[in-house]
Amino acid sequence: MATTGGAGGPGTGGAGVDGLPGDGSGATSADGGPVLSRQEVRRAAKRRRSLRDRLIAAVATVVVIGGLLALLLTSPGWPNVRDTFFDVDQFREHFPDVLGGFWLDVKLFVVIEIGVLILGLLIALSRITRAPILFPLRLLATVFTDVFRGVPTVLLVYLFGFGIPALELSGLPTNPMICGGLALCFSYSAYVAEVYRSGIDGVHPAQRSASLALGLSEAQTLRHVVLPQAIRRVVPPLLNDFVALQKDVALLGIVGVVEAFRQAQIAAADQFNYTPLLAAAVLYLCVTIPMARGVDVVQARSRRRRGAAGVA
Amino acid sequence: MSTPGEDVPAGPGSATTPDGPPTRTAGGSSVPVIELRGVTKAYGDTPVLRGVDLAVHEHRAVVLIGASGSGKSTLLRCADLLEEIDDGDVLVDGEVITEPGVRPLATRRRLGMVFQAFNLFPHLTVLENVTLSPVRVHGVTKAEARDRGRELLARFGLAGREDEYPDRLSGGQQQRVAIVRAIATRPRALLLDEITSALDPLLVGEVLEVVRELKREGMTMVITTHEMQFAREVADEVCFLHEGRIVERGPASAVLGAPQQDETRRFLARLLDARQG
Repeated sequence: MATTGGAGGPGTGGAGVDGLPGDGSGATSADGGPVLSRQEVRRAAKRRRSLRDRLIAAVATVVVIGGLLALLLTSPGWPNVRDTFFDVDQFREHFPDVLGGFWLDVKLFVVIEIGVLILGLLIALSRITRAPILFPLRLLATVFTDVFRGVPTVLLVYLFGFGIPALELSGLPTNPMICGGLALCFSYSAYVAEVYRSGIDGVHPAQRSASLALGLSEAQTLRHVVLPQAIRRVVPPLLNDFVALQKDVALLGIVGVVEAFRQAQIAAADQFNYTPLLAAAVLYLCVTIPMARGVDVVQARSRRRRGAAGVA
Repeated sequence: MSTPGEDVPAGPGSATTPDGPPTRTAGGSSVPVIELRGVTKAYGDTPVLRGVDLAVHEHRAVVLIGASGSGKSTLLRCADLLEEIDDGDVLVDGEVITEPGVRPLATRRRLGMVFQAFNLFPHLTVLENVTLSPVRVHGVTKAEARDRGRELLARFGLAGREDEYPDRLSGGQQQRVAIVRAIATRPRALLLDEITSALDPLLVGEVLEVVRELKREGMTMVITTHEMQFAREVADEVCFLHEGRIVERGPASAVLGAPQQDETRRFLARLLDARQG
C-alpha cells in the first residue's frame, strides 16, 4: 500500500483514497517512515496536536486548582474554618437529620414544580389569547407575571407565609408550609409562563396557516400543532428553572418549615458548628448537579436536532 | 413515481372527488367550485388585490402567473380565508363564504392548500401529518385514516416513509407529503402556492408529476407557479396577474404563446432571460 501511494504521487488522489479504508495506520507509520502518504502525515500531525492540547489543559487545571487549594489552606483562619465547617464527627452525627429534612425538600419540590408547570402554562395561554371576552383574563395574567416576577422570592415567601394565615379567613390555608409553597409556586409560575410564551412565539406562523388550512380550529391548532412544538423548544430553559426551584425550596425554612437548610441551622446552633450546613449543601448538590447535566444533554440533543433540520 | 398510471383505475373517484364521479355534476357544472368577484385586499396602505374576478369550474386547473408581489399568493390565501378580504366576494360551490357571519372553519375544511415551504408539522411523523385533519376535523376513525393515508402515500411514491419525521425527507418528498396531507381530507379543490419554488431543481419533476396525476384524476386546482412548461401542460386556463389585477387570461397556448398585453409579454421575456442567464 505504501509503495502505491508513493508511486501514484500526490496527483492521483483516487488511488490513495481507495487504499485508505483497509490500512492499519499505526503499522504503516511504524514500518515505512519515509514513504508516508500525505494523509497519514496529516493524521499524525492532528494526533500530536490533540495530545498537546490535552496536556496543556491538564497542566493548567492542576496549577489553578492547586493554587486555589494552597490559598485556602494557608489562609490565617483556615484551622478555625476547618474545625467549624469540616468536622467529620459533626457531619456524621447530623447527616441523618439533615437528610430527613432534605426528603421534605424533595417532596415540596415535586409538588410545587407540578403546580408551576400547570399554572405557568395557563398564564401563558391567557396572555396569548385574542378572544375579546377573555381580555380580563389576559390583563390579570399580565399583572400576575409583572408582580410576581418583580418581587424578590424571599419576600414573597415571607408575605405569604405569615400574611395569609394572619388574614384568618376561613378557607384559606393557615399552614406556613402551604402558604410559603404557594409563594414559590406563584413566583416561579410567572417566570415559567414567560418561558412558555417565548416558545409559543417561536413557532413559525406558517405552521398555524398550515393547520388552519387543514380545517383545524384555533383551539385545535394550539393543542395539536403549536403547543407540542413550543414545549419541545422550551424544555431546556424549563429544566434550568427546575434547578433553581430545587434550591429555592430552602427559602421555606424562614417561615418555619423544617427542611434541610432549617434542620442544618438547628443542628449548627446546637454546638456552634456549621458542618451540618455543609451536609445540606452536599445534599443539594447531589440533586442539582445531575439535573444540570441533564439540562446539558437535553440542550445538546435539541441543538443537534435543529442542526439536522437546518441542513434539510 | 413511475407507476401512477397503473394506480389510476384502482380508485379514481374515491381518492380525489369526494362527492362522486365527475358525471354527477352535469347539471350543476355552471356553478364554479371557487369563484372570486371583485376581490380587493390591501396590507395597510399597500393594495395587493385590486378587484380580481376568477371562476374555477369543477375538474379544471387554473394557473396563476405573475411576478413576485403581483398578488398570486394573497389571492390563494384569500380564497382559503387565511386572509380577510376588504371588498368583493369569494364563493365556494356558489355559496358566499366571505359574509361576515360565515365561519371560516367550514370553508377551510372544503378546500386543501399546499404551501411553498411545505409547512409540514415537524413534531409529527409523515403518517401523523396526513391523518391529523381527517381524524380531528372530519371525524374519520384513526384506523381508517391511517389506512387511507398509507394508501395515498404509497400511490405517490412514499411507501415506507410513514413513520419518518419530515426533516428526514428530501424537499421533494416533503412536498409530496404536503400534497397527500391536503388531499387526505378529500377537498373540493386544491390550492397550490408555488409548490416547487423552494425545491432543488432536480426535485421539481417528482412534485410536478404528482400534480399531473391529480389533474388526470380530475382534481379542481388553482395553481401559482413560475414553471411555464408545467403551466402549459396542466392549465385549462392561465391568468396573468399584474399589480393585483388579472390583465390577461385564456388557454395556456394563447397567454403564454401569443400574449396580447404588453405586461404579459414583458413578464414572459424577463422570465425567459432569467432562465437563460
